[in-house]
Amino acid sequence: MSSKHNQLSDDNAHSARRRFLGQVGVLAAGISLAPGVTLNGIAEAREADQPASDKVRWGLLVDATRCAEGCDACVRACADENGLSGHGRPETDAQWIRKVTLRDPKTKATQSLPVMCQHCAEPPCVDVCPTGASFKRADGIVLVDKHTCIGCRYCMMACPYKARSFVHETLTDQKPHTPRGKGTVESCTFCVHRIDAGGQPACVEACSKTATGAMIFGNLNDANSTLSKALADHPSSRIRADLGTDPGVRYRGL
Amino acid sequence: MSETIYSESKPCPALFYGALAVIGAVAGIGLLSAWYMEHNGHYVTGMTNQIVWGMPHVFAVFLIVAASGALNVASISSVFGRTVYKPLARLSGLLAIALLIGGLMVLLLDLGRPDRLIIAATYYNFKSIFAWNMFLYAGFLGLAALYIWTLMDRSMKCFSSVAGMAMFIWRLSLTTGTGLIFGFLVARQAYDAALMAPLFIAMSFVFGLAVFVLVTIAATWADGRPLGDYLIRRLGNLLVIFIAANLYFVTVYHLTNLYAAEHAGVEAFILTSGSVYTWLFWLVQIGIGGLLPLALLAAFRKTMCKFKISLASVLIIIGGMAQVYVIIIGGQAYPLVLFPGMEVQSSFFDGVINPYTPSLPEIGLGLGGVAVTVLMVIIGIKVLRFLPVSLADQDIDPLYKAAATE
Amino acid sequence: MGWVKFITGLVLVVLLSGTDVGSACAQESRVPVPKPPKGKGEQCVRETSFMRANHMNLLLHQRDETVQKGIRTKKYSLRECIACHAVNGKDGQPVSYEDPKNFCRSCHEYVAVKLDCFECHASKPPSKKAAAANSENGYRASGVLPQ
Repeated sequence: MSSKHNQLSDDNAHSARRRFLGQVGVLAAGISLAPGVTLNGIAEAREADQPASDKVRWGLLVDATRCAEGCDACVRACADENGLSGHGRPETDAQWIRKVTLRDPKTKATQSLPVMCQHCAEPPCVDVCPTGASFKRADGIVLVDKHTCIGCRYCMMACPYKARSFVHETLTDQKPHTPRGKGTVESCTFCVHRIDAGGQPACVEACSKTATGAMIFGNLNDANSTLSKALADHPSSRIRADLGTDPGVRYRGL
Repeated sequence: MSETIYSESKPCPALFYGALAVIGAVAGIGLLSAWYMEHNGHYVTGMTNQIVWGMPHVFAVFLIVAASGALNVASISSVFGRTVYKPLARLSGLLAIALLIGGLMVLLLDLGRPDRLIIAATYYNFKSIFAWNMFLYAGFLGLAALYIWTLMDRSMKCFSSVAGMAMFIWRLSLTTGTGLIFGFLVARQAYDAALMAPLFIAMSFVFGLAVFVLVTIAATWADGRPLGDYLIRRLGNLLVIFIAANLYFVTVYHLTNLYAAEHAGVEAFILTSGSVYTWLFWLVQIGIGGLLPLALLAAFRKTMCKFKISLASVLIIIGGMAQVYVIIIGGQAYPLVLFPGMEVQSSFFDGVINPYTPSLPEIGLGLGGVAVTVLMVIIGIKVLRFLPVSLADQDIDPLYKAAATE
Repeated sequence: MGWVKFITGLVLVVLLSGTDVGSACAQESRVPVPKPPKGKGEQCVRETSFMRANHMNLLLHQRDETVQKGIRTKKYSLRECIACHAVNGKDGQPVSYEDPKNFCRSCHEYVAVKLDCFECHASKPPSKKAAAANSENGYRASGVLPQ
C-alpha cells in the first residue's frame, strides 16, 4: 500500500519536475505565467488516504519588488475562497491575508507586500495553545483544530505576525471546505484543502492569473522545486527572523 | 494568651440577607453579561482582533494574583511561625480559594467557547504555560482546602505546617506561572521579560494583603468581633514592605526596557505619550496605588487604625487594577513591530495604537467574578468556623501581652 | 440551622413541582417520532442500525484524521454525509440545519442531543454563487477591500 503510494507520488514528482524544468527559464526570468496556466503539479498530490508527510515543507516566496501597491488580488481571492464575509466592522472582522505598505521614514521609499500566517517551523502560537488546538501539520502548515479550540486567544497574543483572527459573531453559509465558527481562532491555512487536492493557495493562483505573479508556492524540502530554485537564485528574507520562528513564507526585496 | 476559639459569623439577619441579595444581584449581572457576550459573539465587547484580551482579563488576573497574596497571612503564620497571625490563617485560606474561583470564573466565561470546559480539562499541550497554570490553579484550590482542613480538624493539626509549606511553594509557583503567561510572549514589546514572574509575585503580595485587610475588617465589623490595633499596625507595616517591593520591580522593569533601544517605542508610549495608559500608570498605579498609601501607612505607623488601613487598602486595590490594566491593555495597545524601523500601514491596523473602550458586559462579567468571591466568603464564614471570636491584641498576640505586663 | 432546612425544603418543592409539570405536558402532546428521508443510493456506508448508534464515532475519528493528518478519504467524510442526506425544501434547494426538516436536525431534536457541528460546518451542499457574492460585498462594506 505505502510502496504503491510512494511510487505514485514519485511519478507525480518526476512529471512535475519535468514539466517545470521546461519552465525554469521563464520562471527565473520573471516568474510570470501566461493567464490560465496554473501551477498545479507543484503540489505533489497525495492520495486521499495518505497523511501529510514531513518530507514536504510547504513554503511561499513573495517577491515584494513585483507586488503592486493598491493591488489586492490575493486578499480578494482569499476572502472568496474561504468565505471570509465581513460584517462592516473592520476591528473584529477576520483577515487572513492583508496588504501592508512599508515606508522608510528616512528615505521615503515605499513598498507593498502581503502578510499572512507565516507557517513557522517554530510557531509561538502552537507553543502557547493550552489544548493543542493550534498545531503544525507534518508538512509544515500551521492550523487551528477548531474542534478543540476554546477561544482563549492566547495564540493571538503570541503570534509575532498578527496573523490570527477571532470569530466575533455567529456565522452562516460557510464554505464546505473552510469550516469556521463563532468563538474560535482562525488564520491562513495555505488553502490546505487545495493543497491536499494537489492545488496551490488561492492567493498565489490569483496573483499569477490576474496580477503580477509575485508569489511562488512550493516544497521547501525539494531542492528541485520551483520555489527552492527561486530562493537559491536570489537572496530573500523572513519577517522578524530575529525571533527564530523560521517562517515558511519568505520575501524577496524586503 | 489562651487557645483561639473560632465561631460561625452571626451578623444580624437583615445585614446578612441584605448583603446576600445585593451581591447575589451583582453576580447575576455577571452571568447575564457572560450570556450576552457568548450569545452575540465578542463583537459586542470592546475586544477586537487587536486588543484580544480586555477588561475580563484585567479582573481575572487581579483576582488570581490576589488569591495567591491572600495567603500571605497563612504563610507567615505556618511557614515563618509568627503566632500572632495564626488565628487569621483559616480566613486567609478561605479568601484565597474564593478569589481564585472568582477569577477563574471570569476567565472561563470570557472564552470564545466556554461550553468546552471539558476540552480545556482533557486536552493538554505541556509546552503551554497556560496548560501548566490549569494544574497550578487546581492544585492551589486542593492544597488550600487541605490546609484549611489541617487547621480546623484537631486530628489533622500535626500536618498543618507541612500543608502550609506546600501551600507556600505552590502559591509562589502559581504567581510565577501567571506572570509568565506574559513573560513568555516573545513577540510583544511590552512583555517578553522573565521579570514578569517576580513582578507578579510582588503584585500578589500587595494586592492580596490589601484585599485580606478589607475582608478581615468587614468580617469582624459585621458581628462586632474585637480587632486589635496592634494587629492592624503589623498588617500596615507588611503592606509598606509589599508596596515597596512592587514599586521596586516596576522600576527595574521599566529601566530595563528603557535601556534597550528596541523597546524605546513602547516605553515612550506607556510613560510619556500622554495616552490613557500614561495617566493610569503615573497617576493611578504609581500615585494613588503606590506612593499615597505608602505615605499614609508610613506617616501613621504608630497610630494606624482600621479606617486608615482600609483607606490605604482601597487605594492599593484601585492602583492595582490600574497596574494590571496598563500591563494587559497597554501592552496590546502598542502595535506589534513586524518591520523594525519602518512606518507601516494596512487594513488590519498594523502600526497604529489600538484603541480600546471597555464595554458594559465586560465590566459586568468582571464585577460578577468579584461578587462570586464575596459571596463565597460571606457564606463560608457563616456556615463554618473561620473567624476567631476575638482578634483583640491581648487574646492573640504574645508580644503584646509581654509588653503590657512589663 | 433553621435556614438549611428551609432551603432544602424549598429545593424539594421546586424539584417536585417541576417533575409534575413535566409529566403533565408530556401526556398532552407527545413529540412525533421523526421519519428522516432516506439518503441517496442503496444504503449508508455501514448498515443503518450501526450508523444510528455509531455515526458520531465515525465522524469523530474522521475529523481528527482529516484535520490533523490531512487524510481526506470520502467514505466517512461529513461533506459526503451532507451531500447524500440533503433534504430539499419547498424551493427545491437543500435545506440547512436551520430548517426542522434537515436530516440531522430531525433526529437530534427528537432525542434532545445538541450538536455544534454546524456552527462551523456547512449543513447543506454548497451553492457557490450566493456565498461568493456575499463575502466580497461584505468585505467591501467593511473597508477591508477598496470600494
